Amino acid sequence: MVQARNIGDVILKIDNISLAFGGVKALSEVSFDVREHEIRAIIGPNGAGKSSMLNVINGVYHPQHGSVTFKGITREQMRPHEAAKQGIARTFQNIALFKGMTVLDNIMTGRNLRMHRGFLAQAIWYGPALKEEIEHRRHVEQIIDFLQIESIRKTPVGRLPYGLQKRVELARALAAEPVMLLLDEPMAGMNVEEKQDMCRFILDVNDEFGTTIVLIEHDMGVVMDLSDRVVVLDYGRKIGDGTPDEVRDNQAVIDAYLGVQH
Amino acid sequence: MPDEQAQLDTFPRLLAANAERLRERPAVREKDLGIWQTWTWGEVAVEVRTLACGLAALGFRRGDTLAIIGDNRPRLYWAMAAAQALGGVPVPLYQDAVANEMVYVFDDAEAQFAIVEDQEQVDKLIEILPRCPRLKHIVYDDPRGMRHYTQPQLLGYDELAERGRAFDAAHPDYYPGEVAKGQASDIGIMLYTSGTTGKPKGVCQMHSAFIISAQGGSGFDQLGPEDSILSYLPMAWVGDHLFSYAQWLVAGFTINCPESGDTMMTDLREIGPTYYFAPPRIFENLLTTVMIRMEDASAIKRALFHYFAGVARRCGAEIMDRKPAAFVDRLLYALGNVLIYGPLRNVLGMSRIRVAYTAGAAIGPDLFRFYRSIGVNLKQLYGSTETCAYVCLQPDGAVRFDTVGAPAPGVEVKIADNGEVLVRGPMLLKEYYKRPDATAESIDADGYFRTGDAGFFDDAGQLKIIDRAKDVGKLATGAMFAPNYIENKLKFFPHIKEAVAFGNGRDQVCALINIDMGSVGNWAERRAIPYSGYTDLAAKSEVYELIRECVEKVNSELAQEDALADSQVHRYLILHKELDADDDELTRTRKVRRGFVAEKYAVLIEALYSDQTECHIETQVKFEDGRTGIVRADVGIREARVFSPEQLKKAG
Repeated sequence: MVQARNIGDVILKIDNISLAFGGVKALSEVSFDVREHEIRAIIGPNGAGKSSMLNVINGVYHPQHGSVTFKGITREQMRPHEAAKQGIARTFQNIALFKGMTVLDNIMTGRNLRMHRGFLAQAIWYGPALKEEIEHRRHVEQIIDFLQIESIRKTPVGRLPYGLQKRVELARALAAEPVMLLLDEPMAGMNVEEKQDMCRFILDVNDEFGTTIVLIEHDMGVVMDLSDRVVVLDYGRKIGDGTPDEVRDNQAVIDAYLGVQH
Repeated sequence: MPDEQAQLDTFPRLLAANAERLRERPAVREKDLGIWQTWTWGEVAVEVRTLACGLAALGFRRGDTLAIIGDNRPRLYWAMAAAQALGGVPVPLYQDAVANEMVYVFDDAEAQFAIVEDQEQVDKLIEILPRCPRLKHIVYDDPRGMRHYTQPQLLGYDELAERGRAFDAAHPDYYPGEVAKGQASDIGIMLYTSGTTGKPKGVCQMHSAFIISAQGGSGFDQLGPEDSILSYLPMAWVGDHLFSYAQWLVAGFTINCPESGDTMMTDLREIGPTYYFAPPRIFENLLTTVMIRMEDASAIKRALFHYFAGVARRCGAEIMDRKPAAFVDRLLYALGNVLIYGPLRNVLGMSRIRVAYTAGAAIGPDLFRFYRSIGVNLKQLYGSTETCAYVCLQPDGAVRFDTVGAPAPGVEVKIADNGEVLVRGPMLLKEYYKRPDATAESIDADGYFRTGDAGFFDDAGQLKIIDRAKDVGKLATGAMFAPNYIENKLKFFPHIKEAVAFGNGRDQVCALINIDMGSVGNWAERRAIPYSGYTDLAAKSEVYELIRECVEKVNSELAQEDALADSQVHRYLILHKELDADDDELTRTRKVRRGFVAEKYAVLIEALYSDQTECHIETQVKFEDGRTGIVRADVGIREARVFSPEQLKKAG
């Protein structure tokens, strides 16, 4: 009934990444790739290095070895703002919004990189700066419409329930018009209905905007339904990689999740 | 000019006349991307013509039915006018109905065409397509998420409009010709009854019925093009059809479609309608929100609010009705108007309201008085799907909380020997669709329609409704038992959301109660009572105490009414789940299906009439996503104090 999406070439290539904090090896020789328009899941038990992996991709952590190739440009180190400029946006495992600000203002911050007028002009709010602000506001309103959060537009984020805050965080990430979206446990702590909504939104974002999505998620049902391919990490190593079905049947993955006697 | 009047006897003709008379005036507003967009009457007429031609290009012909499903969207209102212009019959469906419920209506109405709001509704129709082979065309308004659908039945609204323009260019005389063929006695709309009992029935209303009702109402309250209304009630409900469609075209005012169901409060404030219609539960929710936020306000504000609320209670309603009031009270009220009532009306979005109506259920006296006392001209009306929601209206200056008003202009009302309310007039239905048996049963030889409500006229000539006639029964003692009356009294407490009273043929009255999650939840939080959800909260002994106070207050009121003193609630329980339309316990208009509930919770009812103090029950529930689950609970049963009239007298 629903046609298959067109998955393109490799847009992100993770090559032999190793990351250590002092003596703790967070990631060891991990390699995988992400293709354009696909939904790629990273799964693994707690402490497997999933969030570290996302942090490497958007430049928060700098790996000791290996390289990250994004849109054909290879680099060993990348700063977060460079990643953002190249079109990588993300959400966080522990919501990182401005609690005292309204939903609208929070999402507007996501447009920050695309605002070109000086802060003085923006402060006076006159002429080109005003025109620019209106253009950004229009874009933000489209996202508000897309994620169906019209009713909380003017509500301070701190007053919202958790599930909605997650949605606002997604909205802010989308405001940057990302090429690639990194989602760190977008459905943690949600009830079934909220999870369904979030799944629908992730699929819609992927479908309508063609955004490539890399997500970390613990709910296996969600992962298997949403993703095109799955990477499995355990103790900082890649132990599986493939379609949801392949990963499900992989003995190493089953052992990592269910535990085996050593 | 009788000639011109005679021409305006169908809705498409009214639209054409408005497009002439009010060309540049706003007809419809909708909030899109945070900004209100306006269409003038001239533009609406063009949109409707385009849409009608598009439907004609698809093969829509005189007598066909067009199903309309979605929230209140301008394009869906236009679809109604477009179908009528072609001599077809629009059939609005409740947008929150699940796919299975829609099968019946599609089948019964033989709809070949549907116009729906978005992907959500399209998904439902695709699900039922195999069971509704007649359905040939599904038009959707919002293209979001629809890119990969390949069903041949589907068509986007913009594409339809494109075809409409092409069709209109090729056949420029088609649209005016079809409008000219329309007759006042054609079926203009089919609204399905909510089906409190049995299957829903399609109520066929002629153009003339709704036009006369709308004219009557508009004349009664002097509505005109200056007025504006928020259209947010389900389009399938007769109330919305009268207020947002029939009166819209007759009076030529502006309808405003909110952004979404959740933004109603904000949109209400922004629009500031002059004319407003809502069922009691909406007024109740608004007030509850205000009260909860008032509790969080600073001490000074709270004190001011409570002081002036007292002043308003004392004299507000009299001042509104222009009755005599003490000079000091008038001064205080004027001060309160500046400090409290004015700002409060503003927060509620009621600053500009000239007339507000409520109907559909009984409204609590405190609630009713509250709105009137702060200067909102809230009135009641009475009617049903079969009568275009136009039977009785309360005139300004003679508003009482316990009546539904005097017969509206052009309507005859009489009371049958058994107490049933009978009505006759031009607003009556033509027939129930394909149900001559039901039509014959509900309209008597003299042309009176049986409303099924029991009621009587009070001294001032206003109608007072007691209950559904068929629900009124007898206790084993022989005393009258009017369950709705008792339930309404219970539901007037903000803590009680729903109540179902039993007692017909029994020796005493018992009740199932649903607590109001918002109100009781807030109450519990203030008292640091922890709870995990509805089931948990409902089982708390503190909550049982809270409800017991409510039940006993109702009992003391009932004890004062001779006929109903025996109807006091002896035992009650708080249900472990909320009654829900998805579980068939409520109709889509949120009325309790008494028989169904009695059957489903037979175990609990038996326990109520035994001496058990607890009862175990397992109930299947349907989640919003269509899956089902089981809720298990041990439901506690408590007794409430009952009063004898002598006791009350002694207590003074």
